[in-house]
Amino acid sequence: MDIELRGITKRFGDLVANNNISLKIRAGEVLGLLGENGAGKSTLMNVLSGLYRPDEGEILIDGKPTRFESAGDAIRAGIGMVHQHFMLVPVFTVAENVVLGVEPVGPLDHLDLATAREQVRKISAEHGLDVDPDAIIEELPVGTQQRVEIIKVLFRSASVLIFDEPTAVLTPQEVTEFFGILRSLRDAGKALVFITHKLHEVLEVADRINVLRGGKVVGEAEPKTATEAELAEMMVGRAVHFQVEKRPARPGPALLEVRDLMVTNERDELAVDGVSLTVRQGEVVGVAGVQGNGQTELVEALAGLRPIVRGSVSFLGRDITRASARERHLLGIAHVPEDRHRSGMVGEFDIAENMVLDSYYDEPYSTGLTMHWPAVHKVCVKNVIEFDVRTPSIYALADHLSGGNQQKLIVARELSRNVKLVIAAQPTRGIDVGSIEYIHKRIIAARDAGVGVLIVSTELDEILSLSDHVLVMFRGRIAGEFDAANVSRSSIGLAMAGAAA
Amino acid sequence: MSDYIRQETAEEAALTRASAVRFDVEQLLIVPVLAVALAILLGGLTMLATGVSVPTVGQAFAALFTGSFGSLSAISETLTAAAPITLAALGVALGFRAGLFNIGAEGQMIAGGMAAVTVGFSLTGLPVFVHLPLALLAGIAAGAIWGAIPGWLKATTGAHEVITTIMLNLIAMQLTNFLLRNPPIQKPGRHDPVSSSVLSSAELPKLLTWLDPNLRLNAGIIITLVMVLLVYWLLFRTTLGFEFRASGLNPSAARYAGMRSSLIIVAVMAIGGALAGLAGANQVLGVLGRATPGFTGGAGFNAIAVALLGRSHPAGVLIAGILFGALDAGGRQMQVEAGVRIDLIAIIQALIIAFVAAPMLMRAAFPWAFRKNKPARP
Repeated sequence: MDIELRGITKRFGDLVANNNISLKIRAGEVLGLLGENGAGKSTLMNVLSGLYRPDEGEILIDGKPTRFESAGDAIRAGIGMVHQHFMLVPVFTVAENVVLGVEPVGPLDHLDLATAREQVRKISAEHGLDVDPDAIIEELPVGTQQRVEIIKVLFRSASVLIFDEPTAVLTPQEVTEFFGILRSLRDAGKALVFITHKLHEVLEVADRINVLRGGKVVGEAEPKTATEAELAEMMVGRAVHFQVEKRPARPGPALLEVRDLMVTNERDELAVDGVSLTVRQGEVVGVAGVQGNGQTELVEALAGLRPIVRGSVSFLGRDITRASARERHLLGIAHVPEDRHRSGMVGEFDIAENMVLDSYYDEPYSTGLTMHWPAVHKVCVKNVIEFDVRTPSIYALADHLSGGNQQKLIVARELSRNVKLVIAAQPTRGIDVGSIEYIHKRIIAARDAGVGVLIVSTELDEILSLSDHVLVMFRGRIAGEFDAANVSRSSIGLAMAGAAA
Repeated sequence: MSDYIRQETAEEAALTRASAVRFDVEQLLIVPVLAVALAILLGGLTMLATGVSVPTVGQAFAALFTGSFGSLSAISETLTAAAPITLAALGVALGFRAGLFNIGAEGQMIAGGMAAVTVGFSLTGLPVFVHLPLALLAGIAAGAIWGAIPGWLKATTGAHEVITTIMLNLIAMQLTNFLLRNPPIQKPGRHDPVSSSVLSSAELPKLLTWLDPNLRLNAGIIITLVMVLLVYWLLFRTTLGFEFRASGLNPSAARYAGMRSSLIIVAVMAIGGALAGLAGANQVLGVLGRATPGFTGGAGFNAIAVALLGRSHPAGVLIAGILFGALDAGGRQMQVEAGVRIDLIAIIQALIIAFVAAPMLMRAAFPWAFRKNKPARP
């Protein structure tokens, strides 16, 4: 089945999310759709999967104009979407999840699970998707859960499959396996769309590449001949420096010392299991690892937000194992939380209020009970300019900023005061390349000024370009320790998957 | 700080220019006004549907207006009724701001009223400037304690404040019934549940008796206005208010910023309870002069509605409180003049709340009053 999008335009109020986009999706081909966050990729795919109706333009299936009134129409037409965040019921089995909504039934509406299981088995065998139909979803690794999502789409007889940032949650090894699945689906004649912002992945697996920027298709590329630099320039609109420019670190004395740390998660399971690490003044320590291997709990414990079960944390020789978040803040520890919307800022507060969210209680912002808003506003203006937060006014709500500017606001808040240690979790997740470069620059500048930095990121590229010292976390433990000067992607990848380093 | 003593650059000046997004006209003004209008309209239709003739409906609405704003005495009645509702609603609004659903204003009002009345009749021989503040403080303290209990339960055990405040309402009501039937609270020589009368040294002074001895407006309205300003100051000019608002809008971000959620919960509930307790004290010291079962007149429950209608903003709460006071005062006049049952007022009040709580419904009913499709980006 071939699909053609012709002149698709989709507006939200004044915002043109898709501006006259035309592209072709062909059977037996992987189309790589490349673009930054906010480039319009998701909107376009939501148009294609029937969730949004375009304001202008048309969708042609095998040359015939088609209108989707709902997501159901698109599914019936054979278009399936594998979402970035899986839409699975965690306590159901694989087979139950696959048939959910289109269950095979016998007489008296009896749920025919035997047939369901058989069908799941058949689809898995056909496409080399190795999954046990009776396994419970929450017990499966993420890579397998993704296969269940793929089976779900195939079960609904999709001939066009759209993958939205499918590799974000996978280890490098799982990514390789996933690419194998993509190729086998392509060879079976499916039309595939692979949405991503990772250049090397799209070069590796796509047959054709379309680049989106600012809601428009700004270019097409041939994976065999295109280079990462060309694609990045198309995606961002200017030349991009991948490598953060930095001098060799000149580490000073130890700042943060963590010994045999044990921390539990919400379900009282051991999430951090005996982690020891040291961050010295003037160095960046990077913690790599696939999401969900205890990094979140580690950071929260270090920031004083999660109780420490066992082990010790000391800062400048002082024991802070039991210190509260506020006490650590006062000692000069800054924390950039991993989820800016959930915990990094108050969306309905203005920029000025967010700028003092964790320092409002002290001079010059307040004395006793009384807030000094003029002082807050003055410092806020200074920080907004210094940290390049693009906003018409400091009274704009944080919610109204772009993701990159929200993150710059948080980085400004945390770095503008007198800090000795910065703990940054996913500091550049989901933001534009310009903001990423800027935040990386500020982090290195802080390092060069003698600040110790602990970066936790699931983006291996980010870890490699910033860190002086790399740790890999796997199942709550440090699974590998590397000096950034002589480390290879593959050895980190192996450690991320749990193979002994 | 020396670098601040210099000329502002153009860039800095531009950044501090006020932006329009601070005030959402649709949410704060259009929805409430339309809700009130639609509720009054439906109230009229309800009257017609129950067999009231068209001229009587007209008469009823005329009485509703003259009874609330039509004369000095009407205005006095409106403001007298508005004071306790507004005070209690300020407490509820404070809870909303901090993300707490404090249903307990009624119970806190009862606790405050009972404490105030007890101090008001039991301490003799004190001058007004000692006795009255003592009685008011007793009301504030009792309300604060009654409010702090559910706050403390939530902070320490996670018990939901909706459940605990409802339970404490019931306890307050039944405890009051018991106290009013037994010494030392019960008025000596009486067999019905009624407290001893508040001494004149603890009464809130009447403000307009020099114009007409029947005007009931008392100093409670001044207290109310002061509290409106005080709550505004607390919410928007203090560190505590900053913490309240941050934890109300995003509790996780507040925690990450080092704010102590348990302290905030207890503080909000105690201050909210204090305001409701003051409302109860206002009622017994300013209007009734004693306590009887149901002396609050349900103001603690109406306060929830008023806080919602006023969008939890002190100024909005004041306006909504005056509106509810007007419905109360005008409703009585309506009953007298047009013979329409005062229950209609309860219907109108209920409809207002239903409409305010359903802004999408207002949008569907009055599409011309709203901006076209706001961007609904995921």
